[in-house]
Amino acid sequence: MDKIQLSLLEQVADLHEVPEGAYSLRIDGVLYGKRSSENIEIVKKEDKPGIDIIIKPGTKNESVHIPVLLSQTGLKELVYNDFHIGEGADVTIVAGCGIHNGGDGDAEHSGIHSFFVGKNARVKYIEKHYGEGDGNGKNIMNPETVVEIDEGGYMEMQTAQIKGVDSTCRKTTARLKKDATLIVHEKLMTHGEQFAETEFEIDLDGENSGTHVVSRSVARDHSRQKFLSNIRGNNRCSGHTECDAIIMDNASVIAIPEILANHVDASLIHEAAIGKIAGEQLIKLMTLGLTEKEAEEAIVNGFLK
Amino acid sequence: MLELRNVSYRVENTEILKDINLKIDDRFVAITGPNGSGKSTLAKVIAGIFVPTSGQILLDGEDITNLSITERANMGVSFAFQQPVRFKGLTVKDMISMAAGEKLSISTACTYLSEVGLCAKDYINREINASLSGGELKRIEIAMINARGTKLSIFDEPEAGIDLWSFNNLIRVFEKMHERTHGTILIISHQERILDIADKVIVLVDGRVDTYGAKEKVLPGLLNVNAGCRFTKGE
Ligand SMILES: Nc1ncnc2c1ncn2[C@@H]1O[C@H](COP(=O)(O)OP(=O)(O)OP(=O)(O)O)[C@@H](O)[C@H]1O
Ligand SMILES: [Mg+2]
Repeated sequence: MDKIQLSLLEQVADLHEVPEGAYSLRIDGVLYGKRSSENIEIVKKEDKPGIDIIIKPGTKNESVHIPVLLSQTGLKELVYNDFHIGEGADVTIVAGCGIHNGGDGDAEHSGIHSFFVGKNARVKYIEKHYGEGDGNGKNIMNPETVVEIDEGGYMEMQTAQIKGVDSTCRKTTARLKKDATLIVHEKLMTHGEQFAETEFEIDLDGENSGTHVVSRSVARDHSRQKFLSNIRGNNRCSGHTECDAIIMDNASVIAIPEILANHVDASLIHEAAIGKIAGEQLIKLMTLGLTEKEAEEAIVNGFLK
Repeated sequence: MLELRNVSYRVENTEILKDINLKIDDRFVAITGPNGSGKSTLAKVIAGIFVPTSGQILLDGEDITNLSITERANMGVSFAFQQPVRFKGLTVKDMISMAAGEKLSISTACTYLSEVGLCAKDYINREINASLSGGELKRIEIAMINARGTKLSIFDEPEAGIDLWSFNNLIRVFEKMHERTHGTILIISHQERILDIADKVIVLVDGRVDTYGAKEKVLPGLLNVNAGCRFTKGE
């Protein structure tokens, strides 16, 4: 790995080197390295780019890292990663994509991640997207996440895209069985001329299934954001989405919530709020000695922390 | 010393502060007066949140009338709001650190919280959001001003929402703060017990300084001011 790649790796995965334990590292369109552990098997797909991550039932407190780095301009790739999380396992998966685009061609990474969360399994999925580079080429990321959670399973997704991604279209679809839970925390910041769209489509099929989607975003400069969510309650279940956006400068944000109850005991809530930083918040921090700009930064950083 | 010279503040066609002249130099100075008499507005004019329509404000002889909120804060003006502001995401520790102007160790931040009667470990990582109660928020606001430790600290109705048990502790906080800063503590209050610790009391009525003087002189006449309140005269 060269310097740029190492720094990307740090940005998206907080790693300074190839991680311990099971991992798969993809650099510039090829599998750079992978390692399976006793309980977590990583298998390269034969028919298309991507890997299968197979986690044995009952695996506890293990983690797997699967960062993707792009440092070549003009590179476009579509990768399929499938996660099979065995019954009763409890694992953390750290994914992330970093692009350094120093040229004039667009660099694009699209990943389709499918999760099969077994009965009573728990998985924490952390994903960071980051872009940099001074060329005119755009950094594009289009992640798609498909989630199926079996009875009693639990998945928590933490996604963050804070800097440097020019265009993103994120789609998450999920299907939950009995007693299954899906929690999503999304953080997003766009600046410059960036565009970000994020869409959730969640089917609460099983009895006592539940989901909570929390999206916090900041749109600055001329950037545009679109938030779509569609939660369908098809059984006794609970669903809650919160979309909370700070809008600044000349940005534009649209939130389109949809909740659909197909069952009398489906309890669904959507909250959406878009607004600029409250004047009194700025004033409060200024009375503590911060300049207006510093106050703005502190509020935005806190909001996205 | 804080000095206001002929300070007026007008919004559209209403004059909210009218020709205020004050020299404030004591340890504890209380501002009291009927609701709507202009107390909070006066505090905001001193902190730089509102710019007076006319008149001058001087801090230690320096004209600060045209200085920004930030500049005044850095010169030593602190202001605890009547209605503290909530922030999504910022924690109690973040706010106290910003107030102190440096990254604080957990233990230092905790000291400020304990002083206002909050069990520090329960609060230090809480967000300053809607989940905090009104009284908790008020106490955190006071802790922030305490952490700043500036030569002029203005508290806008600090006792509001604070339970009776904590009242004496609150007064202790002010006393300790003064021991540390040797500055002036300006407290807007309707509470007799707070007025009672003041060296001097300012009575604002209808945007004007009605009375300003030693507590012993002002307090006895205070009930008459309230009795003569213009609200009851149907103005
Ligand atoms: N932006 C404004 N436009 C018009 N009137 C205002 C504005 N801001 C304040 N006022 C009025 O100015 C007067 C003084 O308000 P201020 O908040 O200073 O009163 P106060 O003495 O602090 O009252 P309280 O004891 O209720 O806190 C009130 O009558 C209020 O309605
Ligand atoms: Mg007031």
